Amino acid sequence: MTPLVEIRDLHVEFPGPSGPVPAVRGISLTMGREKLGIVGESGSGKSVTGRALMRLLPRQARIRAAALRFDGVDVATAAPATMRKLRGARMGLILQDPKFSLNPVMRVGNQIAEAWAAHRKGGAQEARDAAFALLEQVLIRDPKRVYDAYPHQLSGGMGQRVMIAMMLAPDPDLLIADEPTSALDATVQAEILRLMDRLVSERGMGLILISHDLPLVARFCDRVAVMYAGRVLEELPASELHHARHPYTRGLLECLPRLDRAVPRLPTLARDPTWLG
Amino acid sequence: MMIEVRALDVRFGSVHAVRDVSFAVAAGESFGLVGESGSGKSTVLRTLAGLAADWTGYMAMDGQPLGRRRSRAFFRRVQMVFQDPYGSLHPRQTVDRILAEPLAVHGIPDGESRIRRALEEVALPRAVRFRYPHQLSGGQRQRVAIARALIADPTVLLLDEPTSALDVSVQAEVLNLLADLRAARQLTCILVSHNLAVVAHLCGRLAVMQGGRIVETLETAALRAGKAQHPHTRELVALSRDLEE
Repeated sequence: MTPLVEIRDLHVEFPGPSGPVPAVRGISLTMGREKLGIVGESGSGKSVTGRALMRLLPRQARIRAAALRFDGVDVATAAPATMRKLRGARMGLILQDPKFSLNPVMRVGNQIAEAWAAHRKGGAQEARDAAFALLEQVLIRDPKRVYDAYPHQLSGGMGQRVMIAMMLAPDPDLLIADEPTSALDATVQAEILRLMDRLVSERGMGLILISHDLPLVARFCDRVAVMYAGRVLEELPASELHHARHPYTRGLLECLPRLDRAVPRLPTLARDPTWLG
Repeated sequence: MMIEVRALDVRFGSVHAVRDVSFAVAAGESFGLVGESGSGKSTVLRTLAGLAADWTGYMAMDGQPLGRRRSRAFFRRVQMVFQDPYGSLHPRQTVDRILAEPLAVHGIPDGESRIRRALEEVALPRAVRFRYPHQLSGGQRQRVAIARALIADPTVLLLDEPTSALDVSVQAEVLNLLADLRAARQLTCILVSHNLAVVAHLCGRLAVMQGGRIVETLETAALRAGKAQHPHTRELVALSRDLEE
């Protein structure tokens, strides 16, 4: 069976003033219809990996891979028209701040209807009905009011629900969520992640959750890949995170202040140059 | 009491951002304000610092009531560190120039040696002194912001989400640095954060805010022991614990 996502030895470089700067240095990941977490600190290459899979990197980025495939389609060499058919329709992308992802001068309901109509066949009324149904699926209590609202009239959590509704409209096979809850309060964050978790499971989709928050990712994913300096240092089932072996993964967990017990001094991460391989 | 706030109300036009907030912080104590966005926690801090005009109530520092306008001495004794070190540092000034500013404002002599000492205190290499903020990492920038706050020898440090924009490994370094500096200089601190574990780590006592009000004030030890009373506090504790398992 073809895996949903197959990445083998992916390299991404950006040109810099003193030669190419590597952002991703030979990572390999394979996933099916499951929830995969990609965790790392700023600059680890986690977002670049997600974008490479959708081929949404800036023009100057140089991609090299033994395999970069989505459901058997070679993303690295596919024609632009093929990529357009994949994006949105089969892979959805949710970013950190809905304020920057939504069109500020268009009612959000119409934006969802537009996403639906762009990928499915149907008239304006059908698109409208579909948008209402989607707003209900993302548990918006008053879909009528939200349909007619502009993005600035919605809270961050509500905006992110709208984004999820819009991404689900074409019924994609894979959802890539890049720090989807980092701009949200803890209470809202939990609601949004539970919602995504449920919708992804119900629809049998794959989910790539990209985040800097290791405990959060472990809580909501089946499997976690820990990235550092453009490489995957460790890949493990989320349930076994606390038995992580790599010193970097252990360091990331141990340097967090905890509520259950007082730690007089936080352990800091001693970065080992050999991790750079 | 180093800081006393009684029945503080803050309004922005028709928005009643802070309602009837009271708390006191002893000299050398660290006090935390926790809450979600819009709870009013940052507004309390900013009002204390003199950055919000439309307030009623009573605020005092070291026994002296605070008025609408603050004296130059107040601005020397009370310093603030903000969340985003990129937004709070002048992008076209070198670190040297950034650190020289408070010295010039307050007429403090020995600039040269003070700047060198300030950089050492926050463990920044000497070479950083003549760099611009964009040439530094996020953690280094926050260290510069802390050095700027401390260079005028304040007694009170107001910290508004000082580690929220940083990676967790860098957060640990900055929290350790803040703990060391506080002990060495016997600073009185107020820390505002949405992260309960961060506040509990640095503060002995904290207040939980919701909708502009303080819903509960308690000792960190009681919080850790699961003795929080208010449903909102308990909810925040449960969410934080959930990720620690």
